Amino acid sequence: MASTADYKDRQFLAVIGDEDSVTGLLLAGIGHVTDPPDSQKNFLVVDNKTETSAIEAAFESFTEQRKDIGIVLINQHIADKIRHRIDTYTAAFPTVLEIPSKEHPYDPEKDSVLRRVRRLFGE
Amino acid sequence: MSGAGDREAVFPTRQSLGLMKSKLKGAETGHSLLKRKSEALTKYVEPVPMAMQRFREITRRIDEAKRKMGRVMQVAAFSLAEVSYAVGGDIGYQIQESARQARFRLRTKQENVSGVLLPAFESYQTEGNNDFGLTGLGKGGQQVQRCRETYARAVETLVELASLQTAFVILDEVIKVVNRRVNAIEHVIIPRTENTIKYINSELDELDREEFYRLKKVANKKQRDTAAADAELKKKMEAENKENAGSGGGQAADILAENEDDDVIF
Repeated sequence: MASTADYKDRQFLAVIGDEDSVTGLLLAGIGHVTDPPDSQKNFLVVDNKTETSAIEAAFESFTEQRKDIGIVLINQHIADKIRHRIDTYTAAFPTVLEIPSKEHPYDPEKDSVLRRVRRLFGE
Repeated sequence: MSGAGDREAVFPTRQSLGLMKSKLKGAETGHSLLKRKSEALTKYVEPVPMAMQRFREITRRIDEAKRKMGRVMQVAAFSLAEVSYAVGGDIGYQIQESARQARFRLRTKQENVSGVLLPAFESYQTEGNNDFGLTGLGKGGQQVQRCRETYARAVETLVELASLQTAFVILDEVIKVVNRRVNAIEHVIIPRTENTIKYINSELDELDREEFYRLKKVANKKQRDTAAADAELKKKMEAENKENAGSGGGQAADILAENEDDDVIF
């Protein structure tokens, strides 16, 4: 179960997305780079050349290693690349949120949470 | 029969019968409580204050918010396109490089829904730190400003959605656990305890019957014994009476003179 310590310090958002989404969200002010020794960014820009393993590594670091992230935003078309990871991710913190991107409109059929909702109500 | 069915390993005594009965009562109470909890969490039973969002309500709102998010993100993407057009080039790289400290942060608070603590995110913006002060300084500053505002609103929507989603994930988990317990109590613990009670009752009955039979036996035997003893006594007394009557006055006969003793040979 989620205890207080689990989410008390989670004050940042993280984003894995294409350049436009990341740029926009950074412009809104969610970008954060930790203090110099390790300087971890809380965002990852994914383009056609980005390896799936790099996406997976970023997802893992945002969801498992870092304890200061409360919400992970991920473009839906990128989430599709690591769909198995997203679908098997069931922890409450951080929350993984699939967001649409400019070229890929949002498809509720693919969303892992909405699929869980539907499964629960047997629709 | 008594041994049939799943039951607990207990000795069939009155004490454990009492224990089992109170256990059954406890299980039934727990079952009804848990069932009510599960129903309260699952259904949106009655209109409740906004702070107490129930499960169905939450899922409905998730669906709604996801759709809203689609629209908001579209508007935001469009305003970003405007920025690129106005600035006359890509600002993505510049922005990624100048991101230092998050202006947009989260705060978490808790809500209590039927004893389940649901965390909720709340976004806030820290003042006086602006990583992008120079972006759009040359041209397109207005568009950049508008884009920032649009995205800030979009992020607020996303944060709201994330809260709902977290609540959903936690509630989903809790409901599963509660339902599992309800089922376990209903289909395992209650029948098992009932079986045990039945078993203990039948064993106790059996013991009762055995005890009764034994007592009956004992009584029978005693009766027979007393009857035999009575008969013997009676016989003895009769014999004595006869002897007394037969010998009459020869009572004081010399016992030494009577009947020569046999020789004792070792």
